[in-house]
Amino acid sequence: MKPRHRRFLWIGAGVALLGVAAALVLNAFQSNLVFFFTPTQVAANEAPKGRAFRIGGLVVDKSLTRDGLTVHFKVTDTGSTIPVVYNGILPDLFKEGKGVVAQGKLLPDGTFHATEVLAKHDENYMPPEAADAVNKAHGSAMAEKTGRTLKQ
Amino acid sequence: MIPELGHFALMLALLIAAIQGTLPIIGAARRMPAWIALARPVAQAQFVFVAFAWGVLAYSFITSDFSVANVAENSNSELPIFYRFAATWGSHEGSMMLWVMMLAAWTLAVSLKSRNLPDVMVARVLGVMGLVSCGFILFVLWTSNPFERVFPVPANGRDLNPLLQDPGMVVHPPMLYTGYVGFSVAFAFAVAALLSGRLDATWARWSRPWTTVAWCFLTLGIMLGSWWAYYTLGWGGWWFWDPVENASFMPWLVGTALVHSLVVTEKRGTFKNWTVLLAISAFSLSLVGTFLVRSGVLTSVHAFATDPRRGVYILAFLVIVIGGSLTLYAVRAPKVGVGGRFELVSRESMLLANNVLLLAACGSVLLGTLYPLFLDALNLGKISVGPPYFDSVFVPLMTPLVFLMGIGPLARWKEAEVPDLWRRLRWALAVSVVTALVVPLIAGSFRILVSFGLLLAFWIVASTVVNIRERTRGMTGGIIARIRRQPRSYWGMILAHLGVAVFIIGVTLVKGYETERDVQMRVGDTVSVGSYVFRFDGVTERKGPNYTAARGAVSVSRNGTVIETLYPEKRAYNAGGMPMTNAAIDSGITGDIYVSMGEPVGGGAWIIRVYSKPFITWAWAGFVLMALGGFLALMDRRYRTQARPAAAPARVAGAAGAD
Repeated sequence: MKPRHRRFLWIGAGVALLGVAAALVLNAFQSNLVFFFTPTQVAANEAPKGRAFRIGGLVVDKSLTRDGLTVHFKVTDTGSTIPVVYNGILPDLFKEGKGVVAQGKLLPDGTFHATEVLAKHDENYMPPEAADAVNKAHGSAMAEKTGRTLKQ
Repeated sequence: MIPELGHFALMLALLIAAIQGTLPIIGAARRMPAWIALARPVAQAQFVFVAFAWGVLAYSFITSDFSVANVAENSNSELPIFYRFAATWGSHEGSMMLWVMMLAAWTLAVSLKSRNLPDVMVARVLGVMGLVSCGFILFVLWTSNPFERVFPVPANGRDLNPLLQDPGMVVHPPMLYTGYVGFSVAFAFAVAALLSGRLDATWARWSRPWTTVAWCFLTLGIMLGSWWAYYTLGWGGWWFWDPVENASFMPWLVGTALVHSLVVTEKRGTFKNWTVLLAISAFSLSLVGTFLVRSGVLTSVHAFATDPRRGVYILAFLVIVIGGSLTLYAVRAPKVGVGGRFELVSRESMLLANNVLLLAACGSVLLGTLYPLFLDALNLGKISVGPPYFDSVFVPLMTPLVFLMGIGPLARWKEAEVPDLWRRLRWALAVSVVTALVVPLIAGSFRILVSFGLLLAFWIVASTVVNIRERTRGMTGGIIARIRRQPRSYWGMILAHLGVAVFIIGVTLVKGYETERDVQMRVGDTVSVGSYVFRFDGVTERKGPNYTAARGAVSVSRNGTVIETLYPEKRAYNAGGMPMTNAAIDSGITGDIYVSMGEPVGGGAWIIRVYSKPFITWAWAGFVLMALGGFLALMDRRYRTQARPAAAPARVAGAAGAD
């Protein structure tokens, strides 16, 4: 093989390898993106059916009920409220009146079936998605307060 | 008074770093011996002042001086002394101070351990490190001063986040930062080589041990972080593909590529450009990681936008460092030439493929980490990229990498023959295929992914055995004598590669055979997981130094006999009232039993989480082996009795000529 041919072979192999890697990555990326919706958007039927997505907001006071392993609670962005059902152990920092983000699917009856509930790191920490949801629904004192919490 | 002394020492350190970053570099360019000779003493002086400042901060934490705002916000007089000490790096300000401290320590190490390097080179390397140090000290002083006072002085501190009150907090951050910051040495060497215009293999030989040390510490640091998350977060995961984790993983991936490419540059004089680029990238990614974690951009892009000083500073610093070094590279690199030639099938080509795959992996992590931030910053909606993405990208990218790991070390430099490799490795392949098919059957159930993972692991092991046999064949003496005759760097490589195999075995078996059950248990209830039966024996109250815990007792039995009792806890911390789950874990070579408490559901019943995690410790053991392999390679004879500088260029020239 002449050096020139060899170089072409090299470049070809490199481009092919990178192409395969890029295709792989982008394909996986496409099918694994999880979008975020606020309770107001969900109430307006903007959220996808049959595909997992995230919701965020505040856990409504006194909405938490537990039946063995199954928990029910409501999430609000102060505009709309969605009932959520979850099977399992809630994180330590999950509290009524505090921010929460949940990932899961919408059931036909409009209940959000969460497979994952996130509330993490610090009691003063507000998940950014949750704060954003509240901010969007309301330009009120509530939102200002969460904005302050966010900055800490 | 004392905190002000620390603050003042840090200001002096900034001045000294400024001198360190300018005069020696100018001196090296203009051949002024007096300025060149400044590099070492100035670097050491910088270390003294930074160490003093850092020591003052640590002292303020240990003595609970709540007149210092940072101490008041992140510590508490009830904290045990080692957590008060660890709280030194528990905040943003403190961890930036740790960065500065580590950088000064690395600078000191370079100034002490470089006696066999030409003074001009040392001046440039220390100069570059001085500039980096300048940037960081200025950042601390300007945006994140840890010595700021608060008035009125609070009676007690707000406490360290309970999640951080753990032995992991004492060892993980310093270890991780040692690695992170250590890449600055490789970076400084690369930039120094570019500045000098002499990009031969010499600089690769000099910077190789430094890069290996940094890589080892980063490996250990990541492993400790993963282990800490596993036992402390209470839900048994060990890697979450969280942006903060990714921030440390990206420099590791590029650092791994760098460690391998330095071998080629040193031994064959090839890949010179590429290695320089990798050294720049590894450190740049350390900076990107710092930016991600420290600027607040992860918490919220918009919070970042409302208080942009820190973020904008780091971003500007990033642009200067990365942009500056890449510009220098663009100017100097074309003159370097490609170096020795090699065939399509050769050890060089396989190491190149390894590099490309590692970079592709790093790129995919970068995409998954940054894309959501970009979308959010541009107000195009909020998305998240979770573990499924990373899992589905990593397996296909790492498979060819592992395959090459088996062949590469056996292939000849410059030109290798496929039929020859096939003849030498066919038995290794056969053995690994058979073992991979048989082991899951013995374990109880056959799963294709388990088999596949084991195939990769056994392939590494089998090909390594072939490698060792070929290396020691035809030698005289007993096994010990034959082992001792190989250089330590060889055994370092073997150990590190076996570490990858051990890691893969751990991950494969835990993913394939783990069982997780969340159950509601009253006192006396039992639940069986795998071959174990768990009985809940009730909850008692226990007082810790700064918390009150509800302590559950769960007895574990196997075949009717009780083997042990585990005590998971639910803690409430006095200072913040924040709850915290402490899992009880029985770790073993063949697997872990993991019990943690959820919440009480009335009538003395609790939700209990019971996991069986087979072989999970192997995942971390693999990382420890990789790091040990690196350290073993550092003990190689040539690093202990280093060649004198006069002899070095001749040897390199000889090697280059042979190509």
